[in-house]
Amino acid sequence: MSTPVRDPAALPRLGWTLLALVLLWPLLRLTDFRPAALFEAGNLQAMGHFLGGFLPPETAPEFLAMLARATVETLAMATAGIALSMLLAVPLGLLMTRSLSISRLGPGRGGWVGQILRGLARGVLAVLRGVPELVWALLFVRVFGLGAAAGVLALGITYGGMLGKVYGEILESTDARPARILLEAGSGRLAALCYGLLPNAAQELVSYTVYRWECAVRASVVMGFVGAGGLGQLMDQSMKMLNGGEAASILATFLVLVLAADGLSGFLRRRLA
Amino acid sequence: MGFSLEGVRLTHANGFHALRGVDLHVAAGERVALIGASGAGKTTLLRVLAASLRPTGGRVRLLGGEPWVDSPRVLRRLRSRIGLVHQSPPIPPRQRVVTAVLAGRLGQWPLWKALASLVLPVDPEGAARELARLDMAERLYARCDRLSGGQLQRVALARVLYQQPELLLADEPVSAMDPALSELTVALLNEEAVRRGVTLVASLHAVDLALRHFPRVVGVKEGAIAFDLPAAEVTEALLRDLYAAEGALPLAGEMPGTPAPGLPPLRCA
Repeated sequence: MSTPVRDPAALPRLGWTLLALVLLWPLLRLTDFRPAALFEAGNLQAMGHFLGGFLPPETAPEFLAMLARATVETLAMATAGIALSMLLAVPLGLLMTRSLSISRLGPGRGGWVGQILRGLARGVLAVLRGVPELVWALLFVRVFGLGAAAGVLALGITYGGMLGKVYGEILESTDARPARILLEAGSGRLAALCYGLLPNAAQELVSYTVYRWECAVRASVVMGFVGAGGLGQLMDQSMKMLNGGEAASILATFLVLVLAADGLSGFLRRRLA
Repeated sequence: MGFSLEGVRLTHANGFHALRGVDLHVAAGERVALIGASGAGKTTLLRVLAASLRPTGGRVRLLGGEPWVDSPRVLRRLRSRIGLVHQSPPIPPRQRVVTAVLAGRLGQWPLWKALASLVLPVDPEGAARELARLDMAERLYARCDRLSGGQLQRVALARVLYQQPELLLADEPVSAMDPALSELTVALLNEEAVRRGVTLVASLHAVDLALRHFPRVVGVKEGAIAFDLPAAEVTEALLRDLYAAEGALPLAGEMPGTPAPGLPPLRCA
């Protein structure tokens, strides 16, 4: 007599894998995905020519001064945008977090109110981030005119939607029991958040926030096109004037900023570990 | 004030009948031990008493309130007067002992005080006092992930002592402690209840601990009360029947039967 030791999950897994491949194939066809094209001689030459135009990077003092001013402007815009987005994200993200629900204990009365509020928060966050920041920026340019204000507001709204969703999901995937026993001992939601959830979730919340700040720095390129100032506008001008050297210096600045964000994130994670 | 349960039934979402009609009346200041085999329903019963699980049927009165009838605001205030010591306390590993203990009064503190205490502990003396009773005073500023299982259990205990609840509940509070420490800890819980005149209900895996320290012993079997007697009247025959499924009586310090080497000691879920 043989005992069946076959993994019962094996067949479904195979099925799902095959389904994923079958779905992936038409998508690749649809996007005209032909990696071989990258290595055709003519294309390689065209790319080389384009990249060659970027060298050498521009280092004229007056351009570097302009670059420095634009960098500060971009940093200010990204930081203000993230600060604004947190004003939206923190309350909405907390509202979405089921592990901070008091009515779910027991379960008690009034659970439907919480469910509706959580659904609403989820919906609001989806609308905020569903509209790309460029569209928000085009909208706000009509109110504030060309400049950083429109960019900051647009960043704040889109990123508020993203941060709020991810804050909520990080808090949901954090061990809910420490917060639950505090709520069960009569604690309020915010106190339970600070004493029960944040000690476990702080690292991830901080690292995601810093990463979003890094994205906001890059997003300012897009913002530049609507005249929101900063590195984006500088990049826009350089590209339009086909000045590859200036573009290369701007790209190098981006690289430095990304590395700096990486360092900051690592430092904060170590502090919170 | 005490509490009373009348015909309390509780069916879990998966259809398991955890409590099948429990009647239990305990007056203020009484000290009751819950004993019974693993899975008998002791933890569920304690969570009903902590107003954290809502029974499927029956009536619950705790400290003069009816948790599932009163408004959410009243329920929250009621919960802050009940303290439950958890068996494996879920305390965030990165939290410091002092913060974990002070968290006992979050139900009584206004939010600003709770937040201020995260910056600078508002009552380290109070936390140190409770920890000292459990011989843990020197770990006041240690991080909880540096503690052993037994030490963590004592931190959870210190938190509930600091809360100063009117209904003191404990779910196997000594399951991770050695026999000598278990004895001291159970004695401390009783002493605290007597000193402050509050009601104490503790589930214990070790029968002898229950019989030695508690005036009243309640045997729980298959989600119902098997017996409810003064400790002196609990006979060995009753106990053998209560633990029929486990084969032998669980006693403090020694294992029932002879387990295979390397197996963890039997504990109630």
